[in-house]
Amino acid sequence: MKVTFPHMGETYIALKGFFEDLGVDVVIPPECNKKTLQIGVKYSPETACLPLKVNIGNYVQSIENGADTIVITGSCGPCRFGYYGILEKEILRDMGYDVDMIVFDPPSEDIGRFISRIRKITNNKPVYKVADSLYKGYRIAKELDDMNKMMFAIRPREIKKGEVRRIYGEYQKEIEKAHGTREIFKVIDDNKKKLKDVRIDADRKVLKVGIIGEIYTVIEPFVNLYIEEKLGDMGVEVDRSMNVSEWIETNMFSKLLGFNSERDIDKAAENYLKTAIGGHAKQCIGNAVLYSRKGFDGLIQLLPFSCMPEIVASSILPSVSRNEKIPIMTLVLDELTGESGYITRLEAFVDMLGIRKETKVE
Amino acid sequence: MKIGIPKGLFYFKYYPLWKTFFEKLDCGVVTSPTNRKVLDSGVKLCADEACLPVKIYHGHVDSLNGKVDAIFIPRIVSIMKHEYTCPKFLGLPEMIKNSIKVTSRIIDTTVNLRGQHGDLFDFAMETGSIVTKDRYAIMNAFRDGLHEQHEFEKRLKECGDFESALKKDHDRNIPRPEKIAILGHPYVIYDSYINMDIAKKIQREGYSIITPQMIEDDIIRKYASKLPKRHFWTLGRENLGAGLSLLKCTDVKGIIYLSSFCCGIDSLMEDYLERQVARSSNMPYMKLVLDEHTGEAGFNTRLEAFLDMVRWREQNESNVSTHG
Ligand code: SF4
Ligand code: SF4
Repeated sequence: MKVTFPHMGETYIALKGFFEDLGVDVVIPPECNKKTLQIGVKYSPETACLPLKVNIGNYVQSIENGADTIVITGSCGPCRFGYYGILEKEILRDMGYDVDMIVFDPPSEDIGRFISRIRKITNNKPVYKVADSLYKGYRIAKELDDMNKMMFAIRPREIKKGEVRRIYGEYQKEIEKAHGTREIFKVIDDNKKKLKDVRIDADRKVLKVGIIGEIYTVIEPFVNLYIEEKLGDMGVEVDRSMNVSEWIETNMFSKLLGFNSERDIDKAAENYLKTAIGGHAKQCIGNAVLYSRKGFDGLIQLLPFSCMPEIVASSILPSVSRNEKIPIMTLVLDELTGESGYITRLEAFVDMLGIRKETKVE
Repeated sequence: MKIGIPKGLFYFKYYPLWKTFFEKLDCGVVTSPTNRKVLDSGVKLCADEACLPVKIYHGHVDSLNGKVDAIFIPRIVSIMKHEYTCPKFLGLPEMIKNSIKVTSRIIDTTVNLRGQHGDLFDFAMETGSIVTKDRYAIMNAFRDGLHEQHEFEKRLKECGDFESALKKDHDRNIPRPEKIAILGHPYVIYDSYINMDIAKKIQREGYSIITPQMIEDDIIRKYASKLPKRHFWTLGRENLGAGLSLLKCTDVKGIIYLSSFCCGIDSLMEDYLERQVARSSNMPYMKLVLDEHTGEAGFNTRLEAFLDMVRWREQNESNVSTHG
C-alpha cells in the first residue's frame, strides 16, 4: 500500500512525519503547480470549488508516482467538502484510476470508525503508537505555524531584501530529505535558528494585514498566488487567521472532548452571524472583528469562486468593515485568476492602507 | 398586519403552509410577481457570485420592502432529520440584512429539524408570537397550514405544476404516456420565470412531465441511498434519488436537470448523477444551467435539440426491440 493525500500548504510535512513514523509508505504529491491545476480543471465538474480541482491534480500526480491509496479528511455537512471523497473517487474512476479512498470523518462523528480506519492504513499498529505519532504530527504542525509567524514578521523588516526567501528555499530542499518526525523537527529547528539571525530593522513601520476566509485558499499558497510572500515583499506583516495546527486542535481534539476552542471567535461573530453556516464563514466574520480590535490595518478575505459559505460571509463583511472601521478587500480565486491583475489589486489595497494609516497618525 | 412572502427559494415548497398560517392569524399575505425588474434589482443588490435563485430572492425582498409590515425570511437550516438545506439558506437572513436596507420588520425565525428534538411547532410558536399572544390560535393556524400544505403536495404530486396545484385547477386527465423528467431544486423547476416555462414547452411537444415531487418519498429514499455516504443535503438527495429511480421507468424518455450557475449542491450532486446515468443506462440526459444572462432563444434551441434526440432515439430503439 502506498498512501497519498491532497496538499494544503505545509500540512504534508506533518502528515509525512506521522506516516513515516508508523512505517507507512507515503507518496507526497509534487508541490502544486500549473500542471496540477490543469489536470484538476480538465477532469472535475466545471463549477466544483477550487480545492476539489486541485485535489484531483494532486492525486493524479501521486498516482503517476505509484500511490494506490488516498487518505483524506471528511465532514458531514453542510458544505461541499463533505462530499469531496465520494465525488473524487467517481472522477478518478471515470479517468480509469482504480484507487482506494479512505475518508476520515471527524472522530467526534464516530470515534470507532476513525480508529479502525487508522488501523487499516497503519497495518494494525497499536493504538498508543498511533496516538503518539498523531501527537507528534500535531507538534510538527505547531512548529511550522510558529516558523511561519517568524517569517511573516521578518519579511517586511529585512535589511537585505530576499533573505527570508533564500533561507526558506534551502529549508524546502532539506525538508524533502528528512524522514520521520525526529528528522523533520530538526530541519524546522535549524531553519528557525537561521531565521533568528536575519538582520532586521525593528523600528520600521509596517502595515499589518490579516488574511481571512475559506481555509484552503488561506493556507495553500499555490491557489492564493503566494499572497503572504507578496504582501511581505510589499512591506506588510501578515497574519493568517487559520492554520493547520488549529485545525487539528478543533477538529481532532476539542470537538471530541466536547468543548469549543473557538469560543472567542464565535462570540466576536455573534452580532453579525448567529449560526454556523458551514465552511469557515463564522470564523471569517469572527476573526475580522478580532483583528480589528487588535489594531490591524486591513483585512483580505480569500475564497474560491462559488464558495457557498464565504459568499454569505462576503455579503456581511462590508457591514463589519463599516462598524469595526477596518478596510476589507475580498479576493475571489479560481483557475483563471491572473498574476498581474492580482498584484495590482494587492498593491492598490496596500497603498490605500498606508495612506489611511498616515492620515490617522497625523 | 401585512406580511410579505418573497416569491423565491422555499416559497416554492412551503407557500401554502405559510400563507394559511398567517391568514388564519388575521394577517394579510402579499407576494410580488417575478419579472425583469425584480431580477435586475436582485442582481444589483446581491453578491456577484451568488446563485440566480438567491439573487431573485433579494429582488423580491427589495420589491416588498416598505410596502408591508413584515417580510418573512425564515432561516431554514434543515427540513429533514440529519440533513441540511444549503449553506446559503443558513445565512440567508444575514445576506439580506447586509445587502438591503430593509425598513419593514424581518421575521427570521429558524426552522431546524436536523437534530433529535427539532420541532416544527417551536418554529410555529416563535413565528406566530410575533403576530399574536394567543398560543391556541397559533397552534390552530399552524395545524390548518399543515393541512393545506398536505393537500397541496397531493395535488402537486399529480400534476407537477406549482401554479395549478396552488390554484387547485390542475387537470389530472389525459396525461400523455411518454414523459420527460425535469429535475432540479423546486425554486428552479417551478419558477416559470427562471426556467422560461420549460414545462409548457415540453408539453407542447407531446410529452407530459415528471418532477421529483411527483415521485413517492420512499422510492426517492431507496435510490438515493445508492450514494456510499449518508446524505446531508435534502435537495441533493431528492434529485439524486429521483434521477436514479427514473432510469428504471420505461415511460420516461429523457431527463433534463435544471441547474443554477454557481449552485454548490448541483455542482457535485448533479455531476454524480450524470456519471451514474452515463455509466448504467442510455437514458437521454441534459443539464441546463441558468443564470441571469441565459437567453431564451439559446435555451429553446438546446431544448428542441434534446427533444429531437429523444424522438430519434425512440424510433431507433423501437426498431431494435422489434428485431430483438
Ligand atoms: S467551504 Fe467553499 S471551498 Fe470549502 S467545500 Fe464549501 S464551497 Fe467548497
Ligand atoms: S442549493 Fe444551490 S441554488 Fe439553492 S441556494 Fe444553495 S447554491 Fe443556491
